[in-house]
Amino acid sequence: MPRSEIELPYRIEYLSILDENGNLDKELEPDIPDDILVKLHREMLSGRRFDERMLNLQRQGRIGTFPPIKGQEASQLGAVATLKNSDWMVPAFREALAEFWRGKPRENFILFYGGYDEGGAVEEGRNDLPVAIPVGSQMLHAVGIGMGIQYRRKDDVVMTFFGDGATSEGDFHEALNFAGVFQAPVIFICQNNQWAISVPRSRQTHAKTLAQKALAHGLPGIQVDGNDVLAVYAAAREAVERARTGKGPTLIECFTYRMSLHTTADDPKKYRSEDEVKEWEKRDPIPRFQAYLTQKGLLTDEVVEQLEADIAQEIQGAIDRAEKLMAREVDPLDMFNHTFAELPPSLILQRQEAELDLSLRKEEDRHD
Amino acid sequence: MTKMTMVEALNLAMRQEMEKDDRVIILGEDVGVDGGVFRVTDSLISTFGEQRVVDTPLAESGIIGTSIGMAVYGLRPVCEIQFSGFSYYIFHQLEAHAARLRHRSQGRFHVPLVVRTPCGGGVRALEHHSESREAYYAHTPGVKMVIPSGPRNARALLVSAIRDPDPVVFFEPKALYRAFREEVPEEEESMPLGQPQLVREGDDVTIISYGAMMVPVLEAADSLKEKDGIVAEIIDLLTISPLDDTLIASSVQKTGRAVVVHEAPRSFGPGAELVARLVEKSFYYLEAPVKRVTGYDIVYPLFAREKAYMPDTGKIVQAVKETLEV
Repeated sequence: MPRSEIELPYRIEYLSILDENGNLDKELEPDIPDDILVKLHREMLSGRRFDERMLNLQRQGRIGTFPPIKGQEASQLGAVATLKNSDWMVPAFREALAEFWRGKPRENFILFYGGYDEGGAVEEGRNDLPVAIPVGSQMLHAVGIGMGIQYRRKDDVVMTFFGDGATSEGDFHEALNFAGVFQAPVIFICQNNQWAISVPRSRQTHAKTLAQKALAHGLPGIQVDGNDVLAVYAAAREAVERARTGKGPTLIECFTYRMSLHTTADDPKKYRSEDEVKEWEKRDPIPRFQAYLTQKGLLTDEVVEQLEADIAQEIQGAIDRAEKLMAREVDPLDMFNHTFAELPPSLILQRQEAELDLSLRKEEDRHD
Repeated sequence: MTKMTMVEALNLAMRQEMEKDDRVIILGEDVGVDGGVFRVTDSLISTFGEQRVVDTPLAESGIIGTSIGMAVYGLRPVCEIQFSGFSYYIFHQLEAHAARLRHRSQGRFHVPLVVRTPCGGGVRALEHHSESREAYYAHTPGVKMVIPSGPRNARALLVSAIRDPDPVVFFEPKALYRAFREEVPEEEESMPLGQPQLVREGDDVTIISYGAMMVPVLEAADSLKEKDGIVAEIIDLLTISPLDDTLIASSVQKTGRAVVVHEAPRSFGPGAELVARLVEKSFYYLEAPVKRVTGYDIVYPLFAREKAYMPDTGKIVQAVKETLEV
């Protein structure tokens, strides 16, 4: 009856393949098709530029509050790039690049943060849930979708995203627990960007890593350098493969950094040092990946230059399309749409009341 | 007297209660170093330290659940939930325990906690940042539900809420946080919970409202008086539950007409309770059907359409006139 160590089926690993100085671990280098590598780079760069443009639009009052992505390009794109079209994706609210990768039109982002519910529309055939703003609430939905996939005996998988703050919510633990118990085909991608608004990661948990939260629920967990798109991709591909072959869920902690604001309503100077941000800027996911691709002969300075021009044009196109929609007078009564499958009689009356109210308001405007 | 915004007035209430009473502790997400996302707890951490102004992990249920334990132990936790749209995580702890421990322990324990949380729309916010769901809390026996309408009453009511021996959900209309300033006395001031306030006297009609809607209600009253010679009596509920209807009954028994205004959805909202009380107690005095001017029973739209959702001055004026036409 000794006091002995209990052996756990999993240990927590850390994975880094391409470090901040561009050093590559040749043995760990994943075999990724060239076209995917090039697309990953394009989307990362495009995401960075999109973020910058959105910040401008917000500061000009052309859109409302939105959550910038800067710094987290690799940790979301590396993960989502391992999915098939028929797989499912359940985002939180800072995964716009993952959504764009899956096919969401950029103008919908602009519409949504411009205050138009239309921006939330999910196109037919894209198996993604819309953004979930209440922190930590959406991972359970991913597990439910995973259980549905099991029930229908499909080989699809579900990938869900959330932040470091979300791991403090009860729903997070319930989601991991359900996924573990039912061995649901779910990949939990934690975007540990170190800050939940003003609260540092150290205040979310006394545990050394977030990845180890998986152990208590009996599933594998791994921490990866979230700014290393190769490491994120390699870990996600492994997890997707496990899920797809009936070997159950995985938790991946992407160790990354929110280089910008929580949302545009936030002032990080109140709670974190400029030095910390500068340190993380050295670990920017884009330059090291660009250097890697250049080394591989997949990129040249001229190509990047052309890419920048194409991306700028693409973003401008999305802004133009969104602003065109925002400029035309939308029907305020559309707010009654999508409440239920069919508008019940009491709401038909309320809709008529709103119509009358709005016409009276217009008349008043004319008199003023 | 100093002119203060509601944010500053609420901060004053907490600061003074914390100075007086070391049982008062603040908990919430971003309430410490950041001073709250609306800065309501600004700089309290530098005065009182992180033992008393606690930046918690991101877990609303955790905040309220641990506050229940603290309250039972004899402390006075004042919790901030960042937006009332994120307060549904707390609902279970509030309904199942905060509201019932007094009864379940047959008076041995009580739960003197306050849940402060910004409510309401009109600030061009994201989804879940504009709702008015006071009815959920008002419908919970054992919980008091308070909504101030200006800096001065916000401060005085928060003081009472902190001192109250039972759980209080304190909704702060975020549209009013910095909308206007009022004289707020530096010396202590409190207001009893559970007492609606007569804001203006009038004989023609009674308008009953609370929170951010008091602004268009008062504008509507001005316009009615100026343009139509209609003098409305105005009642600000301040406490939604428990609802004392004495003032409401006496007012409507005088005017014979009533309009109820809130931005929360109409069906089963606070207005429904008000109208029921009027029917129960003042039916024979009513000269016209009571009107409700409210939000619609729909998901609160994103901000491109929020003006269309929100009751405005014109709609209140219109409702009053219709009531008087009968």
